[in-house]
Amino acid sequence: MISMQISTVTENYIHDLIASGRREDGRDTNDYRQISISHGTIPNAEGSAEVTIGSTKVLVGVKLGIGSPMPDKPNEGNIITSAELLPIASESFEMGPPSPEAIELARVTDRGIRASGIIDTKALFLEEEKVWDLFIDAYILNYDGNMFDACTLAAVAALSTARMPKYEDGKVIREGNLGRLKTNNMITSCTFAKIGESIVLDPDGNEELFMASRLTISNDKDAVRAMQKGLSGSFSPKDIENLIDITFSKSTELRKHIENIKGE
Amino acid sequence: MSGSDKPELIINGKRLDGRGMDELRDIRIEAKVIKNAIGSAYIEWGNNKILAGVYGPKEALPKHVSDPERAIIKCRYAMSPFSSLEEHGRTGPNRRSTEISKVTKETFENVMLLEQFPGSEIDLFIDVLQADGGTRAAGITAAAVALASSGIPMSDIPYAVSVGKVGSELVLDMNKIEDNYSDADLPLSISPRTGDILLLQMDGNMTKEEIKRAIEMAKKAGQKISDIQKAALKLSYERTLEKYKI
Repeated sequence: MISMQISTVTENYIHDLIASGRREDGRDTNDYRQISISHGTIPNAEGSAEVTIGSTKVLVGVKLGIGSPMPDKPNEGNIITSAELLPIASESFEMGPPSPEAIELARVTDRGIRASGIIDTKALFLEEEKVWDLFIDAYILNYDGNMFDACTLAAVAALSTARMPKYEDGKVIREGNLGRLKTNNMITSCTFAKIGESIVLDPDGNEELFMASRLTISNDKDAVRAMQKGLSGSFSPKDIENLIDITFSKSTELRKHIENIKGE
Repeated sequence: MSGSDKPELIINGKRLDGRGMDELRDIRIEAKVIKNAIGSAYIEWGNNKILAGVYGPKEALPKHVSDPERAIIKCRYAMSPFSSLEEHGRTGPNRRSTEISKVTKETFENVMLLEQFPGSEIDLFIDVLQADGGTRAAGITAAAVALASSGIPMSDIPYAVSVGKVGSELVLDMNKIEDNYSDADLPLSISPRTGDILLLQMDGNMTKEEIKRAIEMAKKAGQKISDIQKAALKLSYERTLEKYKI
């Protein structure tokens, strides 16, 4: 009961603050928290990247292995994306099989990557009945809101800097002189939270606790590539148009983060 | 997404099944089809055949999932293993159905007056018996009728429909083959009373202008879908009246 009263107090505080155009950490409505990306942090993985947005920390590892193609796409490799809300990352994450929240996070990240064509799945074909399986695993290491944007950034950073193993005489060669995994595009996402009548970019953990609805928009330079609305609140068509505009303007700075590490 | 052996989906301004770009498939809904459920509906939407059923409100179990301030909705969307023209599917939840169940549940949390049943659960089951593209939209449309027919108070009867993109054309309500080879898919659920968007997903490639037009297309089609939903409810009440006539 005590925790419920505290949460009501916090809820009113967050609502009032946001209604007056302010946020707990002093940001403007459409500001991101500090973003940092480091890559290659897990040298054993073909690709890896750690992204922090404020105190949200996500690690993505990319691995490649030999698999068989899907029956409806015999000449294409597979992309398999998963997300783990590790119990180590938050008091509210529980042990056990992936929650619907984790599955949604993985699928939204996956849709953006697929729709943007970063990876040409046809280039992952090896021989009859044999293709590369490309695994993208997102580990939430510390939760403070906005896992969607952090996962997409980390996944794209890991893919963009991953090495490509070789396939010789039925064996995978993961060491030695390897080239890079070929990537063709870049995608980033912007996630918004509706709290009361206001909509803010990059919600932190406290803001997510009290948001009525959430919208993630993934885009590349030219077009919207994926969207996902979440939770029980609503958005008006006008809201969606505005948020698409904000996403396009914000995505330039997000893409810069990836371009910086790609150039290294 | 688009493959190399992509069939022509639009020939002479008509789609493969003869529809125009903004034309819905035939939709038929029947309310109150499952005797044991407190509310239910059966929908035939093109070649989709879907059942929706509602049980509750009843005590939310296990205890730790219950909310002392409102009812919770439990939703299970599932495709039967024999629902598609392809191979036998696997029974039980998969990642796709888990996500659809989640966004469907969230759609109805918006319109159900859950505060009236604290500590309870309302169970919503959507079983896809035969699938031909757009099952989440058809399932939500049927579920809205099922929930309304249960008598559990709600503020509106949402509908859902998907808008796709084939080449540079926006097409309403894609069937399976269109869905397989389309350039974008944008499923929407809308509350007709407020015009608010309750479910929105998208993948593919769309500009802001196209998204705006797609939402308008969905809203226009929504008037028709809403009418079909209401007619199904009305018919079920007329049948009940008939039954108790002296």
